[in-house]
Amino acid sequence: MMLDFVVFAQVGGQAAADKFANATSSGIALGAIYALLALGLVLIYKATQVLNFAHGAIAALGAFFAAYLATVINFPGRYVTFLPVTLQWILSALVAVLITAVVGLVLERLAIRPMIGEPLFSVVMITIALDIVIRTITDDFIGTNPRPLGDPWGADVIHIGPAFVAKSEMATVLVTLICLVGIALFFRSRYGVAMRATAFDQEAAMAQGISAGRIFALAWAIGAGLAAVAGVFSSLFPRSIGVSNTTAFFAFRALPAIVIGGLDSISGAVVGGFIVGLAESYAGAYLIGDSWSFLGLGFAGVMPYIVMLVVLIVRPYGLFGTEEIRRV
Amino acid sequence: MRTRPRLYVSYASEVSLLPTWTQKIAALLFLTVLVLIPFGLIPGLGFLADNDWMKILSRVAIFAIGALGLHILSGLAGQVSLGHAFFVGIGAYTAAILGGEVGKGTWGLGLPIWIWLPAAAVVAAVIGAVIAPVAVRVRGIYLAIVTLGLVFVGEWMFRSLPFITGGSQAGRKFPGFEFRFWMEETPFLDFTSDGAWFGVQMTSEAKTYILLLAFAVVAVVIAKNIQRTRIGRAFMSIRDRDIAAEVMGVADTKHKVMAFALSSALAGATGALMGAFVGRLIPEGFSLFLSIQFVAALLIGGLGTVSGTLLGAAFVVVLPRLVQDFTGLLAATAESGAGFLSAVAGFFVSTAEHDPGIVSTLPGPSPGLNIAQFNLLLYGLLLIGFLIFEPLGLYGIWIRIRNYWKSWPFTY
Repeated sequence: MMLDFVVFAQVGGQAAADKFANATSSGIALGAIYALLALGLVLIYKATQVLNFAHGAIAALGAFFAAYLATVINFPGRYVTFLPVTLQWILSALVAVLITAVVGLVLERLAIRPMIGEPLFSVVMITIALDIVIRTITDDFIGTNPRPLGDPWGADVIHIGPAFVAKSEMATVLVTLICLVGIALFFRSRYGVAMRATAFDQEAAMAQGISAGRIFALAWAIGAGLAAVAGVFSSLFPRSIGVSNTTAFFAFRALPAIVIGGLDSISGAVVGGFIVGLAESYAGAYLIGDSWSFLGLGFAGVMPYIVMLVVLIVRPYGLFGTEEIRRV
Repeated sequence: MRTRPRLYVSYASEVSLLPTWTQKIAALLFLTVLVLIPFGLIPGLGFLADNDWMKILSRVAIFAIGALGLHILSGLAGQVSLGHAFFVGIGAYTAAILGGEVGKGTWGLGLPIWIWLPAAAVVAAVIGAVIAPVAVRVRGIYLAIVTLGLVFVGEWMFRSLPFITGGSQAGRKFPGFEFRFWMEETPFLDFTSDGAWFGVQMTSEAKTYILLLAFAVVAVVIAKNIQRTRIGRAFMSIRDRDIAAEVMGVADTKHKVMAFALSSALAGATGALMGAFVGRLIPEGFSLFLSIQFVAALLIGGLGTVSGTLLGAAFVVVLPRLVQDFTGLLAATAESGAGFLSAVAGFFVSTAEHDPGIVSTLPGPSPGLNIAQFNLLLYGLLLIGFLIFEPLGLYGIWIRIRNYWKSWPFTY
């Protein structure tokens, strides 16, 4: 299922520089996905003080919606047949993202809103319970085999200098950049300012006439939407042949990203995402072969957590997180 | 005094394990019932003497020990941990190395149970104490993520050590419940075969249940005693207000490390018992889901209470069986033919190829969820339901019932 950069390892006989370039480019693409996931997580955390452990399940659900819309019912492609295929697919993906955002709204309203003011443990647990519920339903939707997303890029690869870069990876990075700019612009908008105010001081924000509930809902909708984008791209070519029941677990590796960056730092999330992506990619490229066989299978997958533990030993609040000031 | 159960006239009576006569009698009765279950002597509970149910009750006992461990860390000391499965795994594999036989490519020393069981607890406690100083540097949600990372790293570690764990998806054999003085051929106490005990014929399942029940009772006494002594009060003060506790002279880091070590010790014992009970475990078994089950037991039962933890453990272990029976009942009702009930059941169950329904009793891929998925779904929904509508868990429900009858017929 997971090709895990074996593609690049098999090229064989390439110079060290090529290997490095390949690992870097796929690391950046991977980092972009982690950055998207981390961005959604931090957005939700900042606005509502809830760490969403169901993020991966929501991402998988979004990817499933995209696969269903694009390959099964061809919506909205069948109404706009005059558009190029790439654009039709993008439209399907966008609709999937919107549906997932609505799912995020509903989740917030049904499960998270009643939990305001409950102890941390309960809130953590309710998002884990949500993860179980959403993942079970999504797995059932997906079925036993991975569902290809029917993306227009397929397994196309282009050469940039010494590196082989999949077209879908370039799309990943491009879309991530668009999302980052979008979020930056959003924070300058009316609702964005309201969200920042709510995150900073909920009571003061409410005193200014900001509806905290609406901000919570908005944060969950945007977070779920970003998760769906990440879910779609994590199910494309170099990483996977489609959305499967392992897609949801992918997002757990974005948790180290936000811890490395600091839970309450948007820019930290992005930086953390790229650090984690690159670390995982380099581990996958260099820590394999006979001399590293003692590391066993899937070491690249735990690399994010190891980086996280190292960062936490040095800086318990992440690289960009604000240190909590504690009062009795 | 007997009529005023909350009036304590001495400190000793307030901190005693069972302060009132009612509680003493109730606890004794409860324990007697538990011991008598495998003999089928309790009217109404005879079905529990069945081998299937004996196995489930044994699992409850094993699971309760680990849940009590997490209760010490999360319920008393207030540290959110999703890493319990890691320590369970450490305990299991310590027991496997020390007690297991040499297998195909796996290590094993074949030592007796009185070595591997305590060793599993001790090794897990030591590793817990080694990890704790790093973990207690971070607080709250950061701690949850760090302990989550521990599970993933641990799972990878277990997979990459095939000479200990038997390797991914293969697993290894664990030692059984056989008591030997040393490594002699025939054990002097054998829980793995049917036979007579003091003249009473018993199946191996019933014997194992009695043994595990005894272990669980020991764990309960340990947990209760920790709670009512100096250490336990220190844990609770850290949970309630850590800075205030520190100001009062409670050493914060020291007690958090202690909580981690104690909790890991019980987790390790659970792992060893689980391995011995199941016989063969794969490294993938010590996954995040196991941790989640422990946390779920705590939260469903009622965080911070021993009786709640026990209730929660029983609930979490028995639930899959109940769901299975329930689905079977639904399918039977749906197939029974006409009637309103049958129609309702038919809406939920899909029993034929193109029959839509939420849960399907067919093997293989089908339109509905299969029973395992339905189980997971109900599990998640129940957890959400409990957290939203009954944050105090099963224990909270019991408290409400008790308070109602305490002042009956008045409302308060």
